[in-house]
Parts: sequence; C-alpha cells; structure tokens
Amino acid sequence: MVGKPEPVNGTATAKTGPSPSPATSMSGLKPDLLNNLSFKTLKLKTKQQELLIRVSILCLVYILAFITRLFSVLRYESMIHEFDPYFNYRTTLYLTEKGFYDFWNWFDSESWYPLGRIIGGTLYPGLMVTAALIYWTLRFLSFAVHIREVCVLTAPFFASNTTLVAYFFGKEIWDTGAGLVAAALIAICPGYISRSVAGSYDNEGVAIFALLLTFYLFVKAVNTGSLAWALASAFGYFYMVSAWGGYVFIINLIPLYVLVLLITGRYSMRLYVAYNCTYIIGMLLAMQIRFVGFQHVQSGEHMAAMGVFFLMQVFYFLDWVRHLLSDTKMFQAFLRITVTCAVGIGAVALGVGTASGYISPWTGRFYSLLDPTYAKDHIPIIASVSEHQPTAWSSFMFDFHILLFLFPAGLYFCFKRLSDATIFIVMYGLTSMYFAGVMVRLILVATPAVCLISAIAVSATIKNLTQLVRAKNKVPQTGSTKGGSSTKGSSKGSVDQSQPFQRNGATVLLFGAFYLLSKYATHCTWVTSEAYSSPSIVLAARGAHGNRVIFDDYREAYFWLRQNTPPDAKVMSWWDYGYQITAMGNRTVIVDNNTWNNTHIATVGRAMSSYEDEAYEIMRSLDVDYVLVVFGGVTGYSSDDINKFLWMVRIGGGVFPVIKEPDYLVNGEYRVDKGAAPKMLNCLMYKLSYYRFGELTTEYGKPPGYDRARGVEIGNKDIKLEHLEEAFTTSNWIVRIYKVKPPNNRW
Amino acid sequence: MDALRSLGRVIVAFWILSHLSLLAYSSSPQDLQILSAERRIDLSSHIVKVFLTLKVENTGGSPVSEVLLAFPPTQVDHIASLKAALTVGKKKKKSYVPLEVNPTDLPDAPNQTKYFSISLLNPLNAGETATLEVLYILTHSLEPFPAEINQAESQLVYFRDSAIILSPYYIKQQTTFIRTPSTKVESFTRVESTNRAGTEIKYGPYKDRPAYSYSPVIVHFENNKPFAVVEELVREVEISHWGNLQITEHYRLSHAGARHKGVFSRVEYQSRPSSGGISSFKHLLARLPPRVHSVFYRDEIGNISSSHLRIDYLKSDLEIEPRYPLFGGWKATFVIGYGLPLEDFLFESPDGRRYLNFTFGCPLAETVVDKLIIKVVLPEGSKDPSAVVPFSVKQHLETKYSYLDVAGRTVVVLEKENVVPEHNSPFQVYYSFNPIFMLAEPLMLVSTFFFVFMASIAYLHIDFSICKTSS
Repeated sequence: MVGKPEPVNGTATAKTGPSPSPATSMSGLKPDLLNNLSFKTLKLKTKQQELLIRVSILCLVYILAFITRLFSVLRYESMIHEFDPYFNYRTTLYLTEKGFYDFWNWFDSESWYPLGRIIGGTLYPGLMVTAALIYWTLRFLSFAVHIREVCVLTAPFFASNTTLVAYFFGKEIWDTGAGLVAAALIAICPGYISRSVAGSYDNEGVAIFALLLTFYLFVKAVNTGSLAWALASAFGYFYMVSAWGGYVFIINLIPLYVLVLLITGRYSMRLYVAYNCTYIIGMLLAMQIRFVGFQHVQSGEHMAAMGVFFLMQVFYFLDWVRHLLSDTKMFQAFLRITVTCAVGIGAVALGVGTASGYISPWTGRFYSLLDPTYAKDHIPIIASVSEHQPTAWSSFMFDFHILLFLFPAGLYFCFKRLSDATIFIVMYGLTSMYFAGVMVRLILVATPAVCLISAIAVSATIKNLTQLVRAKNKVPQTGSTKGGSSTKGSSKGSVDQSQPFQRNGATVLLFGAFYLLSKYATHCTWVTSEAYSSPSIVLAARGAHGNRVIFDDYREAYFWLRQNTPPDAKVMSWWDYGYQITAMGNRTVIVDNNTWNNTHIATVGRAMSSYEDEAYEIMRSLDVDYVLVVFGGVTGYSSDDINKFLWMVRIGGGVFPVIKEPDYLVNGEYRVDKGAAPKMLNCLMYKLSYYRFGELTTEYGKPPGYDRARGVEIGNKDIKLEHLEEAFTTSNWIVRIYKVKPPNNRW
Repeated sequence: MDALRSLGRVIVAFWILSHLSLLAYSSSPQDLQILSAERRIDLSSHIVKVFLTLKVENTGGSPVSEVLLAFPPTQVDHIASLKAALTVGKKKKKSYVPLEVNPTDLPDAPNQTKYFSISLLNPLNAGETATLEVLYILTHSLEPFPAEINQAESQLVYFRDSAIILSPYYIKQQTTFIRTPSTKVESFTRVESTNRAGTEIKYGPYKDRPAYSYSPVIVHFENNKPFAVVEELVREVEISHWGNLQITEHYRLSHAGARHKGVFSRVEYQSRPSSGGISSFKHLLARLPPRVHSVFYRDEIGNISSSHLRIDYLKSDLEIEPRYPLFGGWKATFVIGYGLPLEDFLFESPDGRRYLNFTFGCPLAETVVDKLIIKVVLPEGSKDPSAVVPFSVKQHLETKYSYLDVAGRTVVVLEKENVVPEHNSPFQVYYSFNPIFMLAEPLMLVSTFFFVFMASIAYLHIDFSICKTSS
C-alpha cells in the first residue's frame, strides 16, 4: 500500500522532468516536434515494424510451405503415396492401436515369409512415433481425426517447420534477410517437395527437418560455445537418428567440419564444448535406437567422429601444454611428437579394430555413395532402384532451378565473409552436392544447403542493390534541386553521370532478381503440381475426350486380396509391391521393400525367371498361394514387371548362377515380341503377364495381343498354365493375381 | 452329438405330446375354417415374397378375434417381415386395414410348427367371413445348387415349400402360384394338378384339405439376380444443431449365391458379358433422401472412384460399384457417407422435445441386411432419449466422443436382424436439448485463442531473465 504511490510519483516526475527542457531549449520547433511525436506514437517504431513484417512473412511462408504440398490431396484424395510410406503407415497404425511397447517388440509374421521381420529392431521409429504423438495430442484435445489424415499431413507439417529452422539457420550464418529468403526458398524448393508432399509419409519428411535442426543447433553451439545449444543439438541428432538412416551424413559431416576448423586454425573453446557435448550425448542417445545400437562405436562409418573426438582432446591437451611451456621450440617438438603419436595410435586402434572384426567395415550403401559405380558392379539390388541412379543434369535443373546458379554466387559471398558458420554451410553445401550427384534421392539432402547458400546470394545481392538505389535516391533529389536552382554545373554533372547509370543498373538488376525469383516460384509450383503430386497408387490419364480417366487397379487388386483370399494366404510378388500388399491387402508377402535379405529376393527373382514347373517347385517350397504381377500392356503403363524383369534376372542370377542374363536377351537386346529369346517367352513372368493377352485387342488397327507399354505384338500368344490359374485380373489388367494350384493327386 | 441326441428325444416327446394334445385342445382352431386361399410366391429376386389371400369363416359358436398362421420351423427363421391386412369393401372400393401380427406359441404345435397370430380389429362373429391379405418375406430361402459354379455358369437355386398351405385350419379350396425369374426351370416337384406356364408354376387348386396338411415341393430354377447380402450394416446418424445431419454407413457386403470356383478370367468377363460372369453383379443402387450433399464412397484403403450421383426433388440415386465385380462368396466392405439438411429430418414435438424422423432400413435396393445397427448420435448435452420404431428392435445407449467433446454424445443404438427393403419405414428418436449447449464448442475455441494471445502478450511484456544482462 505504501509502495504504490511511489512509482506513480516517480513516473510523474520523470515525465515532467524532461519535457520542459526541449520546450525551453527549442521553442521555435515545438509545434512541429509535438506534431511529430503525436504522429509517431500512433505509428510503430521501425524496429517493431520490421518485427511485424518479419513475423508475417514467416507466417506466410509457413502456410505456403504447407499448402503447396496439398496438390495431391486436392487432385486425388487424402491417401498415402508410393511404396515405403505404406509400411510406415501400417506400423503407425499398429503403434496407435497397440501402444509403444507392443510396437517396439513387434514380430511381423506378415512379411518376409517364412523368415518374418522384427519390426522394432529394424526400423527408424522417429516418424511413426512423431505421427502417433501428433495423433494422441489431437485426440487428447478431442479432435476426432483419423490416423491416416495425421500421416498424410505429417510431411507438409514438418516441411513448414523446416522453413522456420531455415530462417533461424540463415539468421545464424548471415542475417535475418538471408534467413527470410532461405525460409521462402526452401518452402517451395522442388528438391524438398518431392519427398514431402501430403501423403508422402516417409522418413525423409521429418528427417530433413531433424537434419537442418541438428545442423542449426550445432552451428549455434559453435558460435556461442554454450552447453545448452550443444545439448539441444545432441537431441536434434537423436531425433534425426530415430528418423532416418541419413544421420550417417551428420555424423560424418560434423567431424569433417571440425577437422577443417582445426586445420585452418580455428580451434576454439566454443568448438571444443560444442563438439564434445554434441558427440558424446548424441552418441549415447543414438544408442537407444535399436536399429542403430552400438554402431557408433563399432561401425567404420562412424569412426571418423570418434577419431575427431580424440583429436579434439589432443588439441586441448596441446593447448594446455602450450600454456605451461614458454619455449616455442620445445612446444614445436612436443607438438610433432604428440600429433604423430596420436595419429599412430589412432591408426593402430582402427587397424586392430577392423582386423579383429570389432569395427565393421563400410557397408555397400556407403561405398556406393563414395564410388558411384560400386553398386552397379556389386549390389544389383541397390542399383535396381531408380532413385539410386546417378543424377542427371536435367533433374538438378528440375529440382533446383535458379538455385543452381545462385549456389556458386552464395559460395562466393560465404568465402568473402568467412566465419565458423559460413564454413559449415559451405562444407555442407559442397559435400551434399557431391552426394546429390551420386544418387538422385540425395538431392533432398542437398536442398537445404543449396537453399541457404542461395538465400545468402539473393539476400546479399538485393541488399547491395537496394542500398545503391536508396543511396542514390537522396543524391538525385539534391541534384535535381540543384539543377533547378543552377542551370549549369557540368563539372558536378560529370561526377553524377556515373551515379544515375549505377542507380538505373541497380534498379534493372533488382527487377531482374525479382523476375528470376518469380520464375522460380512459378517453376516450383508447376513442378509440384505436375511431377511430385501423383500418389502413384492411383494413375490418372487423359481420356479421348480430354476427360480424366482414373486407373485404380492397384487398390482394386489389393482390396480383392484383402477380402477374398484366406487370411493366411502368402502372396509372392516382386519386392516393390510388398509393403503395399501387406498394408492394403493385409496378406503375408514373401519379400518386400525392406530389402534386407538379398537371397530371399533372389529366390523370388529366380522363380519369376524360371520355367513354370521349376518355378512351381520354388513356390511350393515357399508356401506361396498367390502370385501377383503388375502388367501395363493394356494401358501402356510402363513401370510394370516386364520392364523390371531384367533386374529380377540380374538379382536372381547374382545368387543362383543357373539364371543367366544372356538367356533372356537376343543379341543383347531385350524383347518380348516374336524375336524374343525362347527362355524369355516361356519364363513364369512372361507367362503370367501375357496369359490370355493374345485374345485381347488393345488398340484399334493393331493385331490382338498388342502390348501398348512396349509397342509390340507379343511373341507367345498361346500361353498355357499348368500349375497356376488366374484368380483375379483388375479392370485395366494392371495387376494380375494367380493362384498356385495344390499338387495333383498321385492317383 | 449330445445336442443332436437330446434334440431327437425332444422331437419324439413332442410328437407323442402333440398327438395326445391334438385331441384335447384342437377345438379352438377348429372354430375357423378357410374358405379359399390363394398364395403367390414371387421368386424373381433373392428375397422371396409371398402374398397370401385368405378368406376366413367362423364356423364355431363364439366370436374369434385371432387368426393363426402356421409356418414350418425351417421357414420361420427366414421370415424377415410379416404383414397382414384386412380387406374392407368390395371390388373397386377395396381398401386395406393393417392388422397387428405377433408370434405366438401353441402348446400343441405338431412338428414344432411356429405360429403368428393376426389380431382382428373386430372379433369375427359366428358365421361371418373376413378376407385377409398377408405378405411375408423370406430371406436366405433359395439354396444354390450346385453350391459352387464357375465363371460362365449361371446360378441355379432350390426353393423348398409345400404345395399345400400349412395351416391350423381346414382349407376348403387353395391354389399356389410360384413365379420364377425366367423360364429356365430345371425341375420342380410334380404333385397332383401341377401346371407350368411361362414363368409361373401352379399348384392346385386343391380342395378340402385338413389342418396341417403338408406336401413338400422343390423348385430348381435359374436365378441370376444379384444375391446381395449385407452381412452387417452400421448406420451412424449424427445430428448437429448447426444444421447438418451426417450419415455414415459401413457396409459388409457379400454375394450370397453359389460360390465361385476356379478361374476368374478378365478376358471372358470383358468380352462376353452374357456368359463370362452372369451370376456376378457389379452395380448397386443406393436410394438416398433428396438434397444430399458431400457424398463419399470409400473403404479402408481409400476412395472408390466408381460412383455416380443423380439428384432430383424426390430422391437421390447413388449408383455405386464395388472395386471388383462380386462373384459368389466374394465380399466387399465399404463406407458411404452423406450430409443432409437438418430441417428435413429434425422436428420439435408439441411438448418441446425434439425428434429425429429418419428412415430405418438399408438404402441399397434389393438387398438383405443380416444385421442392421443404427446409431443415432445426439448432440452433446441432450437428455432422455427415446426411440419409437414400428417393429421390435434391440436398443441400448452408448457414448461417443467427437470433435471438441467433453462430456461425450449420447448414442441411441438400434439393432435389428434380417432386414429387407420392406423395413424402410420412418422411425423417431425423441430427446430434449437445450440450445445453449450449441455455444459450448465455439466458446471453447474462442477462449483458447484468447488465452494464446494473452499468453503471448504476457510473454512479450514480462522479463523472465534472472539477472540483468547488459546489452
């Protein structure tokens, strides 16, 4: 009660105190100033205005990133896309229905028959747990959403969050302007959209967010030297490990970055704190993920991080010794000895570890990243996936558009203002660009870096240009007034001549930049709408009258399997369709998209490429009840099993040398018409694809049995099946299901 | 085995008992006699409709107010609906007065005969006659034979009944007409005076048959009509007082005809529609109320793109196709959902309570529903619900939580087995509701946003740092 009047008094005095002084000092300006003041108090201050604009831009970008990914929902429906997302969806469903512990200990007997799969130990649970948490939260807030909707919208939601991270990251490495531009660029960058449209419920959807978050927090930790940020970075890393196998990139890039800093003499206490904390805690946390386990201490791919960790300690030790030793010469000698010893011990430890088998060698996937030709020669199953192919220039252009040109410019700006943060982004950009060149799908990893670096280029350029324009804005004003007052002044005019030119140039360049950026925006929208928003489960085509024709054959077949086959039926198909069959058809499959057992896949490949009676033996041994093939001959759908068949032969032949690729080729040419190889014409895949196809006229004016996907008349029209019978064929023949007959009675 | 043996024992006991009791208690049914009976059995779809016209005369001394209908025990389980009406007036001025029908048990029923009693409005005095029209509907009464057919074969079914009407009364004159869907009749039992002309088989006329006469007949004929049976249908009717009635129907459909065996060939199915899948069906017609909006048709794995909706003033026709043609034994599950304007279905009764007036039954034409569950989800905060259904159903209450529900919504659950299109009659659910509850959810949202903004304002204005840092 006593304290209350005091501040009132205090403020009153404070207010009355200064006010008389301007009034007395500049009495002439008083009305003007008062006017100004009263006007200014209504308006926001420049800083507040800037904040408001920044926040509203960020909000808009956040919303934009979300809604630009909804094309497929609007065009088709709220559905899960592609192949892998179906597995993620199925496991998420299981998680929400049965709870975390059942999920963690789930032995899935529906896949990899008869082996089964331990789901909890063979997947990255981050995505499923994230979606389940969102689902549970919404349910708790009594929003009666379906888990499918949550799964469909998880990727766009995380893409929106990524834009925020990109903003903060850009702010950290350059300034807020760069941050805003980075957020806007990454929101619509096709390279990222390709993996994060609504329905693309895959690990990458949340992993890119986690990746960028980890990097941001680490850079922040390095910049501040704060334990809290380093800890946050470790948790970001943990999230990344739980979400995607791409965490290996982080665990190699960060040590590489630290090593570069060490080499360039940028070692600091901040770096020491950041790296040690992130590495140790991140590693311990990562070990909690069963799929990763002790790989951080046992696998060759993670050894770089450990090596750098020890190197860090050596540096710290040396620093300490240097403080103690005053003699530089002695220190030099000591340095040489210590570094040699440390490197020697490290090499020996690595050698012993590798030789004793404690440290596992690099995996094939890792090799294939470093050496693009490795997979083609050694692991056909990796090479067979289209997204593992080396990237073509066109797809760089397609996915990055103007960023491809802005990227080098951004690198230039980074090098111009070299700091710990810019070194990081430069390294991230360069390494990820290399990996993006090796594999198409890794464009995704490069996208945030490319966006950030390009954002630096855009932001810095526009800032320079606007400064030029603005600076000249004042000069011409004075110049014009001067020109008005004094008609001549040619000497001054000659000085000014370069300035208007510069100003105009700046204006033109500014317009050019905006033109490019708007082109980028239209390109991104176009790419998203045309290329990345197809669910690939439902195929759409234009009909003869321009109407939209929908081929929903996949779901037709899967639903038929689900409803009209015994619940314990085993379905054999090529591994591409495994996840979809288990998720949509709810039936046991022999192989699926988690290609962990090459031999098993090769067995299926062998069955598909053998004659029917040989295949029958294999199928009997695998307890196969139904065989599912995908056939595009009627609709002209080109990614069907006949076009994938050579990979089946290669993968089958890689394990079973009975299968030889040349048997299926004629003079090195793959054909299905009359000139095809006899083995080709009689192998199981050919028979199942073209069974009774010879009776069907697919196109007017063409003979019956004309394959529209390959544009030829098939070579074997009289196909008889002995051990299998047609069980179901979808309305457009895209999926054909055959029943394996029980063996004949002996009497 | 035990059950069978005991059943046998019961039957034997019953047999003896019935013979003994026949003498003792047969007086009351014998008061009536049926002057003429005409029965028309319509076998043109898989739902068997039987029209029975009885001219009843009271030959006893006292007035009779109940007329009994007798059914063999195998048939009584398949009766989905039984309606009776009294014919009033002659020829052109004929009108029908519906009568109440109830299942009854007679202690002396021979061979476990089951009865339904028709309660007459005015007791039938001695010597008077009355004409009764009875319609009963049998489901699952056509037995496919052969039980398994391949794609090209057409479906043949057995229908079993008696040439003579089973009745507890003496029947003076009777005729039975059986109409088959096509002229293709493999065989039919010939008893005395059996005639077949076109799609009609005529048994009779038979004269002076005593009570409980029975003469089993079998008709074996072709029936390729869709045997669409919904094994379970859950209809959820959600009332929102903001103006919408949301209906979601979960179907588990199957083809209950002869099981498909062997190959399904798409070539045959596409190129020869007449022979390559004659017993299958692909189209279904759902008759929805007029003014439907936001119709969807989907299943567990997503939207089904093959459906057409035609809307006119009286009704909306939703033509749906399952993902694949249904052959015998094949199943399909799907969900249909649609919204309706609330003012067409929700009314206020004079006592201030609200009631929903909605159609019972299944919107799919020509289908049998083995088990129908209707869930009427009342708005949150509604009290004392009660349902008025024109036939007997099982009822119970549930609670459902939907968007922004705190207390949960009361759900009135109505269950009925063996439902045929004849059950598509209106039913009512009464409840009392205070309109103030409508504002609860918007207020919740508004207050949430308010608190979010307040919190952010507070966050921006309050300094949380422990020690002042000099910037």
